[in-house]
Amino acid sequence: MTPAIEVRQATREHRVGQTAVVALRGVSLTLHRGEHVAVVGPSGSGKSTLLQLLGGLDRPTAGSVLIDGQDTAELPQAELARIRNRVVGFVFQGFHLQPRASALDNVALPLVYQGVRRAERRRRAADLLDRVGLADRARHLPGQLSGGEQQRVAVARALVTGPTVLLADEPTGNLDSVTGERLLDLLAGLNAEHRVALAIVTHDHEVAARARRQIVMRDGRIVSDSHIVSDSRIAGDGRIAGDTARRTGRA
Amino acid sequence: MRIGEAVRVAVGALVAARLRTALTVLGVTVGVSSVMVLIAIGDGTRREVAGRVDELGSNLLLVVPGKMEIGMPTVSRMQLSDVAAVGRVVGDPDRVAATVASGEMVQAGTAKTFTTVAGVLENNRTVLVRQLARGAYLSRADVDSARRVAVLGATVARVLYGDTDPVGRQVTVAGVRFRVAGVFAPLGQSLGVDRDDEVHIPLTTAQRLFATTRVDGLAVRAADPAGMAALGDRIVAELAERHPDSAFSVVTQDQILSVLGDILDVLTGVLGATAGISLLVSGVGVANIMLVSVRERTREIGLRKAVGARPADIGAQFLAEAVLLTSVGGVLGIALGAGTTLAVERLTPLPTLLTAWSVALSFGVAATVGLLFGTLPALRAARLDPVHALRTE
Repeated sequence: MTPAIEVRQATREHRVGQTAVVALRGVSLTLHRGEHVAVVGPSGSGKSTLLQLLGGLDRPTAGSVLIDGQDTAELPQAELARIRNRVVGFVFQGFHLQPRASALDNVALPLVYQGVRRAERRRRAADLLDRVGLADRARHLPGQLSGGEQQRVAVARALVTGPTVLLADEPTGNLDSVTGERLLDLLAGLNAEHRVALAIVTHDHEVAARARRQIVMRDGRIVSDSHIVSDSRIAGDGRIAGDTARRTGRA
Repeated sequence: MRIGEAVRVAVGALVAARLRTALTVLGVTVGVSSVMVLIAIGDGTRREVAGRVDELGSNLLLVVPGKMEIGMPTVSRMQLSDVAAVGRVVGDPDRVAATVASGEMVQAGTAKTFTTVAGVLENNRTVLVRQLARGAYLSRADVDSARRVAVLGATVARVLYGDTDPVGRQVTVAGVRFRVAGVFAPLGQSLGVDRDDEVHIPLTTAQRLFATTRVDGLAVRAADPAGMAALGDRIVAELAERHPDSAFSVVTQDQILSVLGDILDVLTGVLGATAGISLLVSGVGVANIMLVSVRERTREIGLRKAVGARPADIGAQFLAEAVLLTSVGGVLGIALGAGTTLAVERLTPLPTLLTAWSVALSFGVAATVGLLFGTLPALRAARLDPVHALRTE
C-alpha cells in the first residue's frame, strides 16, 4: 500500500533579498493512512514548513514530496490544488473561516471547487457538522460561535471532501485548555473512525503526548522520530492503530 | 468552480463593501451614459440631415461652379443665359431653378435684421418644394419686369412684423423698398441653422440690387430619376462649352447624403471617443478598487487555495467581480443615458436618436472595460502564494 505522504530529503529555502534562509534541511519521513503524528519543536524549527510541504501548499526547493504517490514538484498548480482539495485537509491555528458565510457554507467551501451543486454541498456539510457536534449551529456566522466551535467548523471543512490526511497547525493554539482537550478528542476520534492520517504541529508537549508517533524538529532537521505505542502495534498498520485511537477517543 | 458560484461570491463581496462598490459603479455609470448620449446626438443629427435631403427628393440635381472639393468657394461665372441653355438641355425651363444670394440688411419700420437674400426664378417654389403660409409666391411677371417684391421666411416675418400680417406691407432690402408678396410656412431648425431666416426676391431684381449679372447655382428637378447621371453629364458639358476656362459640378442628393454621412460618421466617432475616455478613466477606477479588494482578501484567497481552489478559480472569482461592477454600471448608465437623451431632446435644439445598437454598444463596452481592467487584479489574486497569503493579517 502506497504511503499517504512520502518526504524524501526535502529542503526548503526562502530567499530574502540576497540571503537564503533555510527552513528545512533534507528532511525525510513517511506518513501512512490512519497514523497519528505530532510534530514538535521550538518556533523556527521548520515544523510549519514541513506541514505545508505535506499538504502541497508549498513545494521543496530540493528533494521531493510525494502525496498519494504523486511528486508535488512535477504537478502543475491546478493539479496541486486538486490534491489539496481531495487528498488533504487543513486546520489552522487561526481557524480561517469566512466571516460572512454561515458555519454550513464554511464547511461546504471545498466542495465548491469540485463543482458539487449547492444543495448537495449543503447536505454533505450538514452531515459533517453533525459529526463534529455542531448540527444546531449550521446557520450561525463564525462571529456568533465560540473559539472551540469555530475550530470544530474548520475541522468539518477539512474533512468534507473525505481526505486521506488531516494536517493541523497548532489547532489548539487559540483555545483554552478544556476546549483544546475536547478538540483533540474530536481529532483523535476522527483519526480512528475514518482512518484519516492525522499530523498535528504543536509546541505543546501535552498535545504531542496524545500522538502515538512524535517527530521532534530543530533547526530544519528531524532530530527524533519515535513511536510511543510499541512498533508492532503501529508499523504502518492503520487498522490496529485505529482501534487504539478509538478507545482514547471515547475516554 | 461554476460561473454561477463565481458570480455568487462576487455579489457577496460587492455587497459587503457597499460604499466602495457604489462609487466605482457611479464612475462607470457616468462613462456609459455619456457615450450613449453623445452617440444619440450624432445619430439624431444624421437622421435629421438625411430627412432634410430626402425632403428635396432623389431626382434633384444641384449645379455649382468649381470642382466638388472642400476649399475656397468658387465665384460663379454663370449668367441668366446659361440658365436658359441648361433649360434647353433639360428640355423644360420650368425644371431649372437658379439662385443668386447675398447677406443683406432688411428693415420694416424700426425693426431690422441681417438675413440671406436670395434672387430666384418663379419656378423655385415648385423645383425646391416650398409651402407658403400667407400671400403668394413670386410670379413670372415679377421676374421678367424685375419687380421689387419679396417673400419672407417665417423668422424674418416675425422679427420685422411680429403678429401683424406683412403681406402688402413695405420692407426695405439693402436700402431699397420692396412690397411683401408672401410669407413661407416655417421649416424649423436644422443642424442649428434657422431655415426660416431668408428672403426671396426676383433674380433679375437681385442682380440689379447686388450690381452683378452672375447666377450662383442651379437646381434641376429631373423628370426621370433613372437618367440623372447622364443628364448631369450633359449639363456640365453644355456649361463647359460656354465657359471653357471654368469648371462645373453636378451633385445629386445621394452624393450629398454620402458626403454628409461621412462627415457625421467622423463627428459621431469623435464624440463617442471623447465619452469613451471617461469610460476608460472609470475602468482605471475599477482596476484600482479591485487591487484593493485583492489585497484586503489575501487571507481569504489563501484559505480558498488551501481547500482546493485552482489559480483559475481565484482568477475567475475576481474577474467576475470586476465584470459585475462594470455591468451594473452599464445597466445604470443605460438608464441614465436614456433619461439624459430624453432631456436633451426636450430642452435643447440638438436632435437625438436612441438606437438599439448604441445601447448594446454601451453595455458591451462597459463589460469589456471590466474584463480588461479586471484582468490584472485577477491575475495577481490567482498567482498569490497560499502560504504567504494565509499568514497575512
